[in-house]
Amino acid sequence: MSGLDEIISAANIHAAARDPDTAHLMIGLNEVLSSRSVPGLEVQTEQAEEGVNLKFVVTAGTVIEKPVHLCFGLLQEQGIQRINIRMEVRDSAAIDVMAHCVFPYGKDIQHLMDAEIVLGAGARYNYFERHIHSDHGGVLVVPKAKVHVGEDARFRTDFELVEGRVGQIDIDYDTTVEAGGVMEMTAKVSGRADDRISIRETGQLVGEKARGVLTTRVAVREQARAEVYNKLTASAAFARGHVDCREIVQHGAFASAVPIVEVNHPQAHVTHEAALGSVDRKQLETLMARGLDEDEASDKIIAGLLS
Amino acid sequence: MAMLELENVNLHLDGTPILNDLSMELWSGYIHAVVGPNGAGKSTLASAIMGLQGYREFDGRMTFEGEALKPLPVDERARRGITLGWQEPARFEGLSVREYIRAGARDESEEAVDAALEQVAMSPSRYRDRAVDNTLSGGERKKLELACILAMKPRLVLLDEPDSGIDVESLGRMKDAVRLLRDAGATVVLITHSSEVLHWAEHAFLMCCGHIVGKGPVAEVSGYFENKCMPCDHRNRPEADEEFSIERA
Ligand SMILES: Nc1ncnc2c1ncn2[C@@H]1O[C@H](COP(=O)(O)OP(=O)(O)OP(=O)(O)O)[C@@H](O)[C@H]1O
Ligand SMILES: [Mg+2]
Repeated sequence: MSGLDEIISAANIHAAARDPDTAHLMIGLNEVLSSRSVPGLEVQTEQAEEGVNLKFVVTAGTVIEKPVHLCFGLLQEQGIQRINIRMEVRDSAAIDVMAHCVFPYGKDIQHLMDAEIVLGAGARYNYFERHIHSDHGGVLVVPKAKVHVGEDARFRTDFELVEGRVGQIDIDYDTTVEAGGVMEMTAKVSGRADDRISIRETGQLVGEKARGVLTTRVAVREQARAEVYNKLTASAAFARGHVDCREIVQHGAFASAVPIVEVNHPQAHVTHEAALGSVDRKQLETLMARGLDEDEASDKIIAGLLS
Repeated sequence: MAMLELENVNLHLDGTPILNDLSMELWSGYIHAVVGPNGAGKSTLASAIMGLQGYREFDGRMTFEGEALKPLPVDERARRGITLGWQEPARFEGLSVREYIRAGARDESEEAVDAALEQVAMSPSRYRDRAVDNTLSGGERKKLELACILAMKPRLVLLDEPDSGIDVESLGRMKDAVRLLRDAGATVVLITHSSEVLHWAEHAFLMCCGHIVGKGPVAEVSGYFENKCMPCDHRNRPEADEEFSIERA
């Protein structure tokens, strides 16, 4: 099987990869293995020593119907992959992107992603990032993004790492939202053994009626550690925000959450909610009262939380 | 032999006695009710029978079909056929109604899931894929829990306030579902302070201050309960009431 086939297979996107109306870009280490664009989507790629530099522009008013698939594959046991992305979704344009990060053999690899994302007025951008890792845990993932959400634009991102071991992950997203804009950032990660999870998400609701939600779901067991730092600031009239963090801790694992909410305008409003601890006793006992043993019951509860 | 026997059960919560010398025998094949005012200890009794955390330490004897329940964790009790419908059912983020029902169901097929939902008057196409989280109303979660229990086909079911949050229209369906449980071979214990639910039962226990003070046919127990317990006539000492009209336990 070629590297490309293996990446497509691990990401399970055979149909999308074949479809002539679905745009895609597949990167293996620092090479473009395959790419396809659709009208209204401009893609520039540039090979660098340890990765690729990418620029995407969705031209004003273009609505891309089918989700665009991005694959970042590192099929080696060792290596570094640096991805620099600039994504511009111009005024009233819309795009959904599914990114698949495939590191199935990693023993000592680094995936470093630096993204700059700019949404024009009324634009919409949904970004879904899914990670498929090895069970060795030798992966360092550092996704960083700076996001600017223009007036009345909508930005949504979901980060999911629930297959294979985390290794070490260090998420850092920073989003600014203009008047009437909306951002929703969700991260769901489960860790075990000596995995290290650090999630830092900040949001600034700077325009009137800007809205934002930061959601984090983490499950850690064995000796894994998770640190979540969420900060949401609202500084304009009728800006509304919410921070919601839930972490389940089992065995000797460790989790922390630092939710910071700041309001600099009397008509803005931000709330937060954090719950850390073992699996909820009542949920556990409810499933046990239906005959599931304790492990089956906690697995079901955690799977639900991360789904 | 009674299916479930409790003999002189004493249980403390944080140093406070909650169940006081409680004794009762539950005969199989009936719908029983345990009726008593707020704070009588009804939910505590149900929690102790199910073996929930914090309710497993008690003095006295508790047996299910002759076997002592005390050493058995919740799931072992469930495997012997005991289950509980909570007064306030849990929420599960991300777990679908379908998955929730299937978790404990004997038959995990799609048809069985749908049948269980229909038995509690929940439209399968509307609810199957919903999450069992706070987007379901309290009454919906209550009905759903009963659907799970129906799908589980248990032998002893404790239903803590099966009517709470249930609208008048659905109440009849809940009563039918309880009958279905009994007809499928389950022994049912309805825990309630509502006279309406009490009348779904065929036999009742009156509970006061952590003690079963009387038992008998529903008509007798309900007559006393409605006249003397709401509001409480005798400051929680019915045994001192000369007009106590039901069989003393
Ligand atoms: N941890 C505790 N420590 C002390 N007292 C407790 C504790 N938990 C419950 N209680 C008390 O035990 C008594 C019985 O509670 P229980 O919930 O069993 O009553 P109930 O009969 O189910 O009432 P309701 O009809 O309101 O549901 C109450 O007076 C309650 O305040
Ligand atoms: Mg109660």
